[in-house]
Amino acid sequence: MRQPLNSNLLNQTFERRAFVVGAVQGGIGLLLAARMGYIAVAENEKYEIEAESNRVNLTLIPPRRGWILDRNGAPLASNRADFRIDIIPERTPDPQATVTALSRLLKFSPDETQDLRDRLARAAGFQPVPVAAGLDYNTFAAVSVRLPDLPGVVPQRGFSRFYPTGPSVGHLIGYVGAASREEYEAEPSPLLLTPGFKLGKDALEKQFEQTLRGEPGARRSEVTASGRVVRDLETREDVQGKAIQLTIDGPLQDYAARRLGLESGSVVVMDCRTGDLLCLSSMPSFDPNSFSDGIGRLEYQMLSADERVPLRNKVLRGLYPPGSTLKPMAAMALLEAGVDPDETVSCGGGYRLGNRFFRCLGRHGPMTMHTAIARSCNTYFYTMAHRHGYEVIAAMARTLGLGERYDLPVASQSYGTVPDAAWKQRRFGQAWTPSDSLNAVIGQGYMIANPLQLAVMAACIASGRKVRPRLMAGKQVAAPRFAYDPDHFERVRQGMSEVVNGAGTAVRSRLPFPDIMMGGKTGTAQVRSLAGGRGGTGVPWRYRDHGLFVFFAPVEQPIYAGAVVIEHGIGGSRSAAPVARDVLTYLFDPQKGLEALHALEAEWGGTAQERLARSYSGFAAATTGADVPPAPADPVAHMRLVDAEARLAAEVPAGSQPAEPAPE
Amino acid sequence: MSATILPAPLAGLPWRVLLPLTLLVAFGAAVLYSAAAGDFGVYAESHLIRYAVFLVMALVISVLPRELVQRGAYPAYAVILVMLIGVEAIGGISGGSQRWLDLGFVRLQPSELMKPAIVLVLARFYSALPASMTESWRALLPAAALVAVPVGLVLLQPDLGTGLAITFGGVVTVYLAGLPGRWFAGGALAALIAAPLAYFFALHDYQRQRVLTFLDPESDPLGTGYHITQSKIAIGSGGIFGKGFGNGSQSHLDYLPEPHTDFVFATMAEEWGLIGGLFTLLVFGIVLRWGATVARRANDRFTRLLAGGLTATIFFYAAINLSMVMGLAPVVGIPLPFMSHGGTSMMTNMICIGSLMMIERWTRREGSSRLG
Repeated sequence: MRQPLNSNLLNQTFERRAFVVGAVQGGIGLLLAARMGYIAVAENEKYEIEAESNRVNLTLIPPRRGWILDRNGAPLASNRADFRIDIIPERTPDPQATVTALSRLLKFSPDETQDLRDRLARAAGFQPVPVAAGLDYNTFAAVSVRLPDLPGVVPQRGFSRFYPTGPSVGHLIGYVGAASREEYEAEPSPLLLTPGFKLGKDALEKQFEQTLRGEPGARRSEVTASGRVVRDLETREDVQGKAIQLTIDGPLQDYAARRLGLESGSVVVMDCRTGDLLCLSSMPSFDPNSFSDGIGRLEYQMLSADERVPLRNKVLRGLYPPGSTLKPMAAMALLEAGVDPDETVSCGGGYRLGNRFFRCLGRHGPMTMHTAIARSCNTYFYTMAHRHGYEVIAAMARTLGLGERYDLPVASQSYGTVPDAAWKQRRFGQAWTPSDSLNAVIGQGYMIANPLQLAVMAACIASGRKVRPRLMAGKQVAAPRFAYDPDHFERVRQGMSEVVNGAGTAVRSRLPFPDIMMGGKTGTAQVRSLAGGRGGTGVPWRYRDHGLFVFFAPVEQPIYAGAVVIEHGIGGSRSAAPVARDVLTYLFDPQKGLEALHALEAEWGGTAQERLARSYSGFAAATTGADVPPAPADPVAHMRLVDAEARLAAEVPAGSQPAEPAPE
Repeated sequence: MSATILPAPLAGLPWRVLLPLTLLVAFGAAVLYSAAAGDFGVYAESHLIRYAVFLVMALVISVLPRELVQRGAYPAYAVILVMLIGVEAIGGISGGSQRWLDLGFVRLQPSELMKPAIVLVLARFYSALPASMTESWRALLPAAALVAVPVGLVLLQPDLGTGLAITFGGVVTVYLAGLPGRWFAGGALAALIAAPLAYFFALHDYQRQRVLTFLDPESDPLGTGYHITQSKIAIGSGGIFGKGFGNGSQSHLDYLPEPHTDFVFATMAEEWGLIGGLFTLLVFGIVLRWGATVARRANDRFTRLLAGGLTATIFFYAAINLSMVMGLAPVVGIPLPFMSHGGTSMMTNMICIGSLMMIERWTRREGSSRLG
């Protein structure tokens, strides 16, 4: 039976319940203390790490790229201090005013200003938005002094890739650029996403990416939750990438590129004793400096629309029928096959094979091997090739480097064809015919080669050694001698000397020295069969014949050998041989070579770089109607080290001469 | 009390509570000084001034006569209720949610005043209710109405935290009043059933999100869970002794949200560590234990219930806030008494302290029932 409630009982209830409430409160208090102890003691380490990773932001500093040096240690690619300007949107209270002020200071065109506004509108937070890079010091300083009026604008110094000779080395060295999505997926490193980091995109820059890259530096800074940097904690310096040294002769590379002038073509010069490549010029080219800053859409359009394909490295990727430049090689093959060089073949303007008549370019009359090389008589070689069989010639062509893919650090080479019966059967399912032999021996038909292969062929004949090209500097080893009769090489070289110095096809391209002679062989390659005969001046540029020339010098003691190909240059003696003459002249006497070049450049209207800049602004004006100024190529002191004029100042003849090869 | 050095009015004050409390407020001011990146004027100065002002107010409350308080209980409740309705009306007219009345010289938040007022009015109600009726529905329904009307108005604002605080103070008072235990068990059961219903039908989206996030803060590390995660990082990285005064990276670099109000405990714990946390808990323990003692020693039903309910109100503030910053409760906007920067919570809590001092004075003057 329950007691009726009275105040005494209620007091007891209160006492009891107050105790319960107090106990619950105390229990919760203990629970909170325990919870705090657990977080702060047991989980302390975990939360300390989290607090630290909150607080500290790690920024990578892009490493300075390793230099690319020429054989004498002058930079073909270096880095220069780069002044750039970024905007941090969140620190910019009035973006419109800031953009207007910056555009005035940086002399932006309305298009560029609009670009910047769009980028700012898309950007968010503390990620900097690039405004301009590659600024000269004066512009940079002009912005810097106005910083108090430009909140959120950050001027920075970094490094950017610099190619002192610009277009001259574009194809050889390649260029750098920001990583693409594909490159990041292939190598998912945070460095690739770091603003300002560039990686090699083409040629040597790409092939030697890991060597040239170096180690990124790192800046640890304390940041707020919204990403604002409070202070820098510590900075680890970057480690510059390793330099690579090439066999290339920088000034010669520049000279050759400039000497090609308005033509579309390539020049290869190598040391015929060691295979060191001294010059690999392909023109027209692009300016890798402007590619490194991120090539503009307009510039790319101009380059890719050019029928002279400035984006193709013609030294390695241009394939041409070698034409008559094969004749010294064929002569060598015939000598080894037992042909008496003094035997005469009478040239009556061609050679009849069955019911077909293979034409010669003239009626040369009685020809020995010597005169046949000098005057480029097809009839002699048709006759001899038919007599001794094409196989000996194909074998010699391969031995001298044609149709071969060389062991070079390049992205791609097109290595052409030395055709034979097996090849034709495989390729076309047809039998080899005697007509094919006759075409192949004069470098037409299926025979195609790139300029580097022609240069290697010339170098082999010049030195009598099995020369293969080398691009990376290192210990110089003389190439092994061929087992062929050295007299046979001498016979062929005499024929090639006759081409230039006697009664030959390139006598107008004699070297301007009394004591140094060049040997060579001209070639003309048909681009397509024209009903009206050869592709001369009367037809559009792209149907004209290619002009080729292989050469070596000096005749008595060959040091240099090489090849010049002028696309649609009509003929080897007309277009290619003079380039070879001037390039060799420059090698032996820079002063004389430069006089010739400067005269030509005055005629053409400036150096390759200047002409490229001018044609770009012309193209831009024609395309958009807006006058877009090209990035000014401001010359930096060390450009002098590799441009063609540098040789004059250096006056060290040893620099121009490849070192003596090591004795065999 | 046998203090002889101090003059009688001062000697009568509960120094063993006021001293730790003042220390806690001073500690809070130090934390706020650090949270303002070493600027005394931003938070710390006003914090101390408010404490001084409200301490005077508490002392004034402590000398109020019993008759006034007992007679004024219903009118005070009614006035505050009218003010709550007034806030609601102004909010409705201006088309927004408003929680305060601008009286010209001060912005008054009636829902805050309701926290001690609900305890006062319930204590008054039960003190007048005959003991024999305690187990009848007449003990429950009026009390339920007294709680439900203001809570409903507060929830309309909407202010879930304050609504819960008023409910908690009311329920504890009713519990202490001796209503049958099975009613509370039934109420708890009903709450268990109602909670999911409320979750799906009554809560706002943002409140629902907070509950979800509380259950799994890492699921949304940059959204709502961010607050809890960053708070735990701040407390956890403080360790036993803390990172040192002024060295809290979480608060100084803005990772910790609301470092000076709701998350002031995390700000403190980062720099003072477990030691600072235990000190804070200890002071709250002293205050609450004093409140419980005052309630137990009180002479009559009215003062007992009043003291017990006010102590529970202070407890609710502290417990919910601390649970929240340590990840034991969802994020509700309830500040930490005596440490968080903000006048309203300081005023409410000092009203409770003042009222407890008042009850202690009455008990002492009338002689404790236990002794008598």
